[in-house]
Amino acid sequence: MPDMVSITIAGFLTLGIMSFVYKDNPIYKLCESVFIGVSAGYWFVSIFYQSMLPQLTDKIGLTGELTDSALAYYRQTGRLASGQWFNLIAAGLGIMMLLRLLPKIGWISRWPLAFVIGSIAGLRLIGELQTNIMKQVKESILPLWAPQYIDGSLNLGSSIGHSLTNFVLVVGILTGVIYFFFSKEHKGVFGGAAKVGIWFLMVTFGAAFGLTVMSRMSLLIGRIDFLLRDWLHWLG
Amino acid sequence: MSRPNPPAPSSGQGFWEKFAKLDRRIIFGFIFLALALPLFFTIRQPIPVSPEGKAYYQAIENLPAGSKVLLSFDFDPPSSPELQPMAEATFKQLFTKNCKLVVIGLWPQGPQQAERALASALRDPQFSDKKLEYGVNYANLGFMAGDEVVIQKMNSDIPSTFPSDYKGNATSSLPIMQGVKNYKNFDFIINFSSGFVGTREWVQFCVDRSGAKMIAGNTAVQAPENYPYYRSGQLKGLLAGMKGAAEYETVSNQPGKGLTFMGSQSVAHLIVMLFVILGNIAYFVSGRKR
Repeated sequence: MPDMVSITIAGFLTLGIMSFVYKDNPIYKLCESVFIGVSAGYWFVSIFYQSMLPQLTDKIGLTGELTDSALAYYRQTGRLASGQWFNLIAAGLGIMMLLRLLPKIGWISRWPLAFVIGSIAGLRLIGELQTNIMKQVKESILPLWAPQYIDGSLNLGSSIGHSLTNFVLVVGILTGVIYFFFSKEHKGVFGGAAKVGIWFLMVTFGAAFGLTVMSRMSLLIGRIDFLLRDWLHWLG
Repeated sequence: MSRPNPPAPSSGQGFWEKFAKLDRRIIFGFIFLALALPLFFTIRQPIPVSPEGKAYYQAIENLPAGSKVLLSFDFDPPSSPELQPMAEATFKQLFTKNCKLVVIGLWPQGPQQAERALASALRDPQFSDKKLEYGVNYANLGFMAGDEVVIQKMNSDIPSTFPSDYKGNATSSLPIMQGVKNYKNFDFIINFSSGFVGTREWVQFCVDRSGAKMIAGNTAVQAPENYPYYRSGQLKGLLAGMKGAAEYETVSNQPGKGLTFMGSQSVAHLIVMLFVILGNIAYFVSGRKR
C-alpha cells in the first residue's frame, strides 16, 4: 500500500513535469519546486549523516558512535590523536565559509574560499597535465604504416585498416590544432589544413550530438517505462 | 496598369510551407509514441558489440575467481535508464565469478542506486543458493562528499575516508574490508558515471596515480570525452549509454532492460531522422519560393 501511494505520487509528478512540453503552467512550476526542494533536502541529509558526522564529530570523539582507531585512542588517553586535529581546522574553515551569511563579517569567507580554490587548482593541474596532456600526446604518436600479423604472416586487409585509422587520427589532431592556431593567418596550405580541421570538428560535434540525443531519449524511455509498467501496470 | 496576380501555390508547396511551420508539440507527440509503443512489443534487433564493449566484458571475465573489486556509483536516478542495466548485469557477472564487491558513491544518490542494483542481482535464482552475505561477499560504504579529493585520499587510506558504511557499521569491522588500505588491495575498479565527479576524475586521480586497472560505464552524453582513455589504455573497457548496456547484455548473455529499451530507442531515432530530412526539404522548398 505505501509503495502504491508513493508510485502514484511519482506518476503524477512525472506527468506534471512532462506538461511543460505543452506549455509553461502552474502544475509544472509546482512539480519543479517539489523536485528542487526534495533534492536539496536529500543532499543535505546525505552530506550531514554520511560525510560530516563520520568525518568530523565521530573522529574528534564528540559522538562516540564509531569504534575506529581514533576513538579508541581518545578513550584510552582522553586526548585526540594528533592527526585528528586537522579535522578541527577543516571545521573552522567550514564555519568561516558560513559567515558569508552575515554581511558585516562576510569577508572572512574569502579565506576558506581561497584555500579551496588554491588546493583544488593545485590538485587538478597535475592531474590534467599527467592524464589529459602527457598521456594523450604520447598515445597520439602513431606509425602511419601499422602491419598486423596473424600466425606470423602479414594480414594486408587488417594492416591497411589499422594504418588508415592511425592516419585519420594523426591528420585529425594536426589539422584540429592548426584550426585553433590564430597567430598565423589562415591562408594557403595553412588555411587548407585549418579547413580540414573544421571538418574534423564538425564530425566530432555531430557524433557528440547524436550521442546526446540518444542519452536524452534514454531518460524519457525510463520515465515512460515507469509510467506504463510500475504505475499503470500496462506492461508485463 | 494592373499588376498580374501571383500564381496560386501548388498543393505540394503548400504542404511543405505548412510542414516548415509545424507545431513542435506534434513532433513531441510522435517522439512519445515512438518511445512508448515499442515497449508493448518484444522487439529484438541484432546488437553488434563494439570492441570497447567486448573489452569491458572480457576484463571482468579475465579476473581470477574471488577477486576484490571496488565499484563507484557516481550517478543519480535520472541517469538510471542508461546505467542501471549495466550495473545489474555487472553485479551478476562479478557474483558468478565469486568476486568480493565493495561499493561506494561520490554522488549522494549513488549508494541508493547501488542498493537497487544489488537487490536486483541477488534476487536472481542463481545467486540465492550461494547465500551471499553482506559484509563478507559485498558491502556498501555509502556516499562521501569531496569529489576528486575523496578519490585522491583513497590512494592513501580507504577506511579513514569511509569510516562507516551505508548502514552505519564501522568500516573496519566488516570482514570484507580486512587488509584493505588503498587501491593496491583491490584487483579491479569499476565506475558508473554520468558527469562530474566521474570517470575522468577516476582516471586522473586513481588509475594514473596508483596504476589500478579500471573499466567504466558512462551515459551516452558523457562517453565521447572518455573514449580517448580507452584508446590510450587508461580504461580497459567502456560502455556508452543504453547501446553500451545492450551490448554488454548481449555479450554476457544476460538479456535485460538495456536490450528491451533499444527497440524504443531505434524507432525514436528513425522518427528523428525522418523529421530532420523532411524539415530540410521543407526549408529548401519554402526558401526557394521566397
